[in-house]
Amino acid sequence: MSLKTPLARVRGLGSARSGVSHYWIQRLTAIALVPLTLWFIAGLQSHIGDDYAMMRAWLAQPLTAIFMLLFVLAGVIHMRLGMQVVFEDYIHNETVKLVHFIANTCFAVGLGVACVFAILKISLGS
Amino acid sequence: MAQTSLKRSRPLSPHMQIYRWPWTMATSIVHRITGVGNTLGTVFLVWWLIAVASGPSAYADFQSVAGSYLGLFVLFGYTWSLLYHLINGVRHLGWDLGYGFDNDAAERSSLVIFALSGLVTIAVWIV
Repeated sequence: MSLKTPLARVRGLGSARSGVSHYWIQRLTAIALVPLTLWFIAGLQSHIGDDYAMMRAWLAQPLTAIFMLLFVLAGVIHMRLGMQVVFEDYIHNETVKLVHFIANTCFAVGLGVACVFAILKISLGS
Repeated sequence: MAQTSLKRSRPLSPHMQIYRWPWTMATSIVHRITGVGNTLGTVFLVWWLIAVASGPSAYADFQSVAGSYLGLFVLFGYTWSLLYHLINGVRHLGWDLGYGFDNDAAERSSLVIFALSGLVTIAVWIV
C-alpha cells in the first residue's frame, strides 16, 4: 500500500524501490572483491619486471583470465554503484544528476566491455 | 511565501568545519576519496589490458608511461587507494554484522586502517 498521491508517484519522487538491491549488490561485490583484489595486486606484483611475452603468457593462462574477468566485472559493478552514491550526495540539480547517472553507467559498461574484450583476446585470440 | 519563511527559520546543522576531527570521520572521508581514486585508477587498468592485447609496441608505450616518475607515483597511489578501500571495506562489512561499531572501537580501528594500508602498500612496492 502506498501513502503517496498518484501525482507524486507519476513524478517519480521518493523511493525508487531499488534501495535494498543497491545495498545488497554493493555488499556482494565488496565480498567478492576482497580476495579478487588481493589476488590482482599479488599477481601483478610478482610479474612487475616481466617483458611483453611473459606478461601476455601469464594473462593468457585460463586461471589468470578467469580471475581477471571476475575482478573486472565485480569491480565495475561496485564502482558504478559507489559513484552513483557520490553523485546522489553532491549533485542537487535533478537534470545534472541524471546526466551524471547516464555518464556513470556508460563509463562502467564501457570500461567493463573494453577489459573483457582485451582479456578474451589475450587468452583466446592471437 | 509562507513556505519560504518557514524554510528559512528551520534550524541547520553546523557545517563540518565546526566539528572536531575524530579519526572515524577521516577514515570515512578517505574511504570515499579512495573509492573515486579507484575509479580513476581503473582507466590505468583498461589501458594496461588493451596494451597487452594490442601488441608489443602498444605495451612499450604503456610501459614508458607507467615506468616514469609520474606513472610510478600514480601506480603507488592506486595501490594504496585499492588497499585502503579494501581494508576499510572489510571493516565496513564487519560493522554491517555489528562488530566493533561502538565509538571507542571504531576510533581505535581507524588508526589501524591507516597504518595497515600504508604498511601493506610499502611492502608491495619494496618486496
